[in-house]
Formats: sequence, structure tokens, C-alpha cells
Amino acid sequence: MRYSLLRLVAQAFKGHRGWTPAWRDPAPKPSYDVIVIGGGGHGLATAYYLAKNHGIRNVALLEKSYIGSGNAGRNTTIIRSNYLLPGNEPFYEHSMKLWEGLEQDLNYNAMVSQRGVLNLFHSDAQRDAAARRGNAMRLCGVDAELLLTDDVRRMAPFLDFDNARFPIHGGLLQRRGGTARHDAVVWGFARAASDLGVDIIQDCEVTGFIRQAGRVVGVETSRGEIRAQKVGMAVAGSTSRLANLVDLKLPIESHVLQAFVSEAIKPLIPGVITFGAGHFYISQSDKGSLVFGGDLDGYNSYAQRGNLPTVEHVAEEGVAIMPLIGRVRMLRSWGGVMDMSMDGSPIIDHTPIEGLYLNTGWCYGGFKATPASGWCFAHLLARDEPHEVARAYKLDRFATGHLIDEKGQGAMPNLH
Amino acid sequence: MRVRCPFCGERDSGEFTFHGDASVRRPDPAAPDAMEQFFKAVYIRDNPAGRYEELWYHGGGCRSWLRVARDTRTHEVFSVDFAGADR
Repeated sequence: MRYSLLRLVAQAFKGHRGWTPAWRDPAPKPSYDVIVIGGGGHGLATAYYLAKNHGIRNVALLEKSYIGSGNAGRNTTIIRSNYLLPGNEPFYEHSMKLWEGLEQDLNYNAMVSQRGVLNLFHSDAQRDAAARRGNAMRLCGVDAELLLTDDVRRMAPFLDFDNARFPIHGGLLQRRGGTARHDAVVWGFARAASDLGVDIIQDCEVTGFIRQAGRVVGVETSRGEIRAQKVGMAVAGSTSRLANLVDLKLPIESHVLQAFVSEAIKPLIPGVITFGAGHFYISQSDKGSLVFGGDLDGYNSYAQRGNLPTVEHVAEEGVAIMPLIGRVRMLRSWGGVMDMSMDGSPIIDHTPIEGLYLNTGWCYGGFKATPASGWCFAHLLARDEPHEVARAYKLDRFATGHLIDEKGQGAMPNLH
Repeated sequence: MRVRCPFCGERDSGEFTFHGDASVRRPDPAAPDAMEQFFKAVYIRDNPAGRYEELWYHGGGCRSWLRVARDTRTHEVFSVDFAGADR
């Protein structure tokens, strides 16, 4: 069913009784051309682009719980393409361009809102780094503006500009960045993929891989065996657990990242603002809640919940950058399990096992990458070669030394 | 999460800094497959869901390096010993 204003008006006269489910709920077939494991944004986008770009419609998407129940529903909904390194920037810009046309393409309101992403800087050295990153972005054809204190003051007068320790000297602004509605992205991709013939199978946990002569030819699941010519994994924090079933060891650690929302308040924050002296990012949802987060808790975790020292630290950072939120009450906090790679950048590649493909290492930057991750993973699954903008995301780069370490932290996954 | 430091007693986890997998050992640089071994030691992790042996540094206390056994699914701490005590 195509959504439109006309359809809405027609349904209004019928008491909205004619709406049909957004996606089908099929039983698994014995075999498919491709199985995608993981019903988050990345898996659903992969299934959608397999069908749309490559005409591969005999696809199963397997999700152990319900779609969007993992990190797709646990992020802070920020979209941006303000990266420095040549291995990253074209990929994230490809994603940004896909976001810009996503709603028309999916015929679904993903609430993409290009309200701007502002990275503050607090010292001369940070300003130089911001200018360098802005220039790198512009070399890739991406918008970037270096703002000085007065420009930032006009945009966000409530910030603590004259803080003795971290005065605000300006910020790097990407106006095309912003936010999108996380659940709507999941539902939009699911609906569009389902319409093209993809079977979205929920409550279907992969418990093993079927192998023949070394090759992966299918999966064992809680709903029986399902065979396929190719199997792609897009399971974020559960990657190591799943790879362990085929004795595959990866350069990944699973860490918990917490996020928070406050009670709803009147419009305050114009876009996304990040604190340069700590790791803190904040925006305001359309409902009025402040949505914010900080660093990882810092220890390996599969628990989907964090601990109080991080809650306290994030709250301190928030108050340091904008003291006026000190009286706003926190409504909820939650945790997601991040697939932290050893250089802070993702992996979209073959595994050493034939028939098995890998999409992982999104660290805590996975949401913004959703469309391009699906686009490039579908390309790899369909054509057995990497997409042009994802060429650097190879699994063997850790062995060959071609790391993409945006933050320059080295092989410490909890610091990326 | 509370960590029972063998020197300081039970403390809040905020006093500690995490330093990763305690099972990693520096390989022998003279070994014929030293390249491969170093690659694995630096980059490849078991990343288990369950019991995990890891290093923590008690920077907010006695400044000892500790070896902590913990469940990564529940954050339950099983044991805390001085790192290196097992060598």
C-alpha cells in the first residue's frame, strides 16, 4: 500500500479501518538466495538494497527478537558525514546523500531533519584540528563551516562560553547533518524490503551454521534449518558470539554505550551540539526531550545496561557545556552493545569462510551509516566485490596495517 | 558494579580504569611466526559473552593492577586478584 495524502484522507472517511500491516510476517522457507542475519537498520537496509539495486528478491532477514530491538532502537539518532580520513569520508557522505532522498525512496516518513551538527572547540589546537577536518570534508565535496565564538553565540546563546577551563572558541558546523527517527528508519526499510519480496522473519535466532566442504550453505535457527547460497551477518554487538559458531575470531570487542533522554521541554537546542572538551552530544527530539550521550562505560559488556559512574560523568559534561540543563530531570537511560573494532572503523568484507559475509565494527557510529552500510553490504553480497566507497573496510587491514583510526587511539576498542 | 580490590576492599567501579583482556601475553619476538602472533595479540579477541578475565587499574585507590574475573552478561564480579600473582 502506497502512503500519500490522498490515501490518508480516504482512510479518514473510512475510520482508518483499511490500513494493512506495513510488512508481511511469513514463515521461513527451506532455502533462499541470500540470508541476512540481524533485523536492525543495517540488516534491513541490506535486504532492501539487495532487492532494489541488485534484483535479488529471494532473501530472508532473520531477527532473534523483533526488528529494531537492538542498537537501531538505542542510539541518539544523529546523522552526519563530518569525518577526516579518506577511507571514511566518501562512505559517510554516500550515507548522507541516501538519507537526503530516503523518505521518497522508501515512501515512509523517517523524520530526517537536517538541523545541523555543531562540534564545539575550546582551544587553538582544537580549532586547527577542526579547520583541518572541515577542509578534508570540503575536498570530498561535503559542506563544512568553521564558526567562531560570535557565530556560535547567535546559534546557541545558552552555552557556557566563558567557562574558565573550557571557553568556547567556535565550532565546526555541518548544516546538512541532523537527526532522523530511529524506529521509523527500521520500519521504513522493513516495509519497503517486504514489498519487494524479502521475508522478514522475527523471533528466529541463529544457533549454528550449516557447512558443506568448508563452505557456509545455511543456518540452523530456533525455527529450523534455512539454507542459502550466501549468508551475511549484520548483528553489531553479537558479532563475536555468532562468529564463534564457525570458529572465526575477530578484531572486535563488545562494549556498552549508554544514552539518555530528559523530560520534554520547550524548543531550546537548534541542532546537534557536541562538547569538544569531553565526549558529550546533545540534541532535542521533536517531542521536546533532550537526547544525549557520552562515552562508553569502558569495559566489555553484553548486558545492554551500564553503570552509574558513566551516568554521573555524562551529566557533569552536560552541565559543563550548558549549565541551564542542570534543573531538567532525566527521564530514562538505556544501554546498547557496541561492536567496537580495533581501529574505530567498520568492516564490510568477506570472511575467510566461503559463503559467509561480514558487516560489523560500527562502534557507536552505526546509526548514521545505516543506508550506506546496507547499500555497500548488498553490493558485496550480490557482486562479491566491495563497493567503491567501502573499499577500505577490509577485514585484513589489521594484519596489513591499513588501519582507519579516525581518533588516533590505537588498538584500544574502549577508547574509540 | 562494585570491585573488591584485594588491598582497598570493595569500591565503586568508577575508581578503576579498564585495560582489556588479561589473557593476552606478549609473544616471543624471536619466534618464526612472530608476525602472526603479534597480530593476534594486538588485534584478535575472544570477546566472550560470559566469564571474562580482564585487567583493571585501581587509579582512584592503591594504584594496583588487578586481574578481574567478571561475567560480561551480568557484570557480576567473580574474583579480583593482583595482576601478575599467577606468573
